Amino acid sequence: MADRISDETIEYIGILSKLELGGTEKEAAKADMEQMLEYIDTLNGLDTEGIEPMTHAFPIYNVFRNDVVENGDESARTLANAPVQKEGGFVVPKTIG
Amino acid sequence: MTDIMEMTAVELGMKIKTRELSAVEVAKAALARAEEREQEIHSFLSIDGESALKRAGEVQKQIEDGTLTGPLAGVPAGIKDNICTRGMKTTCASKILENYNPTYTAEAVQKLEQSGAVVIGKTNMDEFAMGSTTETSYFGVTRNPWNPCHVPGGSSGGSCAAVAAGECSFALGSDTGGSIRQPSSFCGVTGIKPTYGTVSRYGLIAYGSSLDQIGPVARDVTDCAAVLDVIAGHDNKDSTSVARGSYDFSGALIDDVKDMKIGIPRDYFGSGLDPEVKDAIVRAAKVLEEKGADVEEFDLGLVDYAIPAYYVIASAEASSNLSRFDGVKYGYRAEGYDGLHGMYKKTRTEGFGAEVKRRIMLGSFVLSSGYYDAYYLKALKVKALIKQAFDRAFERYDIILGPVAPTTAPKLSSSLDDPLHMYLGDIYTISVNLAGLPGMSVPAGYDSKGLPIGMQLIGGCYKEKDIIRAAYAFECATDKIYVKAAPPDMRIADEGEEGR
Repeated sequence: MADRISDETIEYIGILSKLELGGTEKEAAKADMEQMLEYIDTLNGLDTEGIEPMTHAFPIYNVFRNDVVENGDESARTLANAPVQKEGGFVVPKTIG
Repeated sequence: MTDIMEMTAVELGMKIKTRELSAVEVAKAALARAEEREQEIHSFLSIDGESALKRAGEVQKQIEDGTLTGPLAGVPAGIKDNICTRGMKTTCASKILENYNPTYTAEAVQKLEQSGAVVIGKTNMDEFAMGSTTETSYFGVTRNPWNPCHVPGGSSGGSCAAVAAGECSFALGSDTGGSIRQPSSFCGVTGIKPTYGTVSRYGLIAYGSSLDQIGPVARDVTDCAAVLDVIAGHDNKDSTSVARGSYDFSGALIDDVKDMKIGIPRDYFGSGLDPEVKDAIVRAAKVLEEKGADVEEFDLGLVDYAIPAYYVIASAEASSNLSRFDGVKYGYRAEGYDGLHGMYKKTRTEGFGAEVKRRIMLGSFVLSSGYYDAYYLKALKVKALIKQAFDRAFERYDIILGPVAPTTAPKLSSSLDDPLHMYLGDIYTISVNLAGLPGMSVPAGYDSKGLPIGMQLIGGCYKEKDIIRAAYAFECATDKIYVKAAPPDMRIADEGEEGR
């Protein structure tokens, strides 16, 4: 399965990952991923028929609490971390035409 | 008196408690040692000497008025830079978080501060904890204090190197696939990855959330237990935190392994294992056997499947966890982009390093429609089988003993060109995270170049006390000969040595 990662696939992965890959980077990423997937295919040597997929090693349950603010107003400090801020909000590029 | 920074954390805490030393004196000694060693080792990404001295002064007052009585009061600590600290930058060793100032402090650090520990700085790491050498840090490599031509391991390489070099008495690390145990082994220090859910992940910047755990790195077992006593505990702010019956890990420091059943996985001693590491581990097992433990070899199974399963699961979780870094709320934002999506893409492309991008792309792929069942679900099923294999082993044994890593610390720049080869170095540690179990690295010898070798002890679920007890008994039996700081003048002349 040497050509599992086609040009279209790597393009699609770039979209999903929100990463921009230049020409040479794209080729390198393709080769890289092929190599990793080939290695990951080792898993196919193991029969997992009837095995339940396990996301966490122990049972994890939803934990609820009342919706009460516990940590005070951190808006100024939070905004101070933003690359661009204006009038108490995060500035993003125009999203609606 | 012995040099201040040669003492263990608990010894130092005791001297402070009995007024032989003051917390300020100790903080000054740590800062002076860091000043002396940092240019070469680069364990820290930031050191805040002024805050540390101020805090040490406050702690000293609280010790004198009887408010602080614990063993860590006044003891200097380093914190891995993926653990949030209010007022101190937390970068994950990434360009994308270069200027990030958390608005809150992680639960584990808060608990340390309440116990009187004095944080002196934030330690270097592989970017977003992705790597095994601390060479993927955007801010430059950390060197191994035992030999600066070698890596300290990773991803908690800064924490382990800082403790080995005596720049702090203990440090916090995080372990997703071996990131506390492997650098502990390479730097000759002791490190514990607790059972999943034991230490709150609140404030730990997530990599693989179902695998990540914060844990202690220190000079010896007693120090690690003392730190774990403080940082472990149930936390409402982490939905995966587990309420455990007892958090008294220091109570397990018992020099007795009589009748303890120790299993040694034959599969951990295959062809990839360096003969010098193998000899050291076999000798260490013998030490415990001579103390009355019942040591036996067995077949654990599935060892070759752990790494591929891990890279699917950890990368999948990483691709989701790291989607929050988009140039809007914090961190780096690129310039000269086209529209919102252009901004996201350019920011992330410029902000993340190669290894992080590699894992985000792999993770996005294995979760994508059409491949999800074949890769992600398959890996989760393999994870279930690995857990079952450990469950079966712990029906027969109290602990499992083996090497931490197949080799001692490799030379700088010898690992990154071949990521797959680097990943294989995690073969003995990774399955412990998949099964959620506690594991620790205990110094157990040196190779012919003088580089430290670590022994790994793995416990059953919530059985940290078993591995702590075995590690303590091993230390006692060997007169702590492997528990020491890296020699200050450690420039072993091996510049011409071939790459390992």
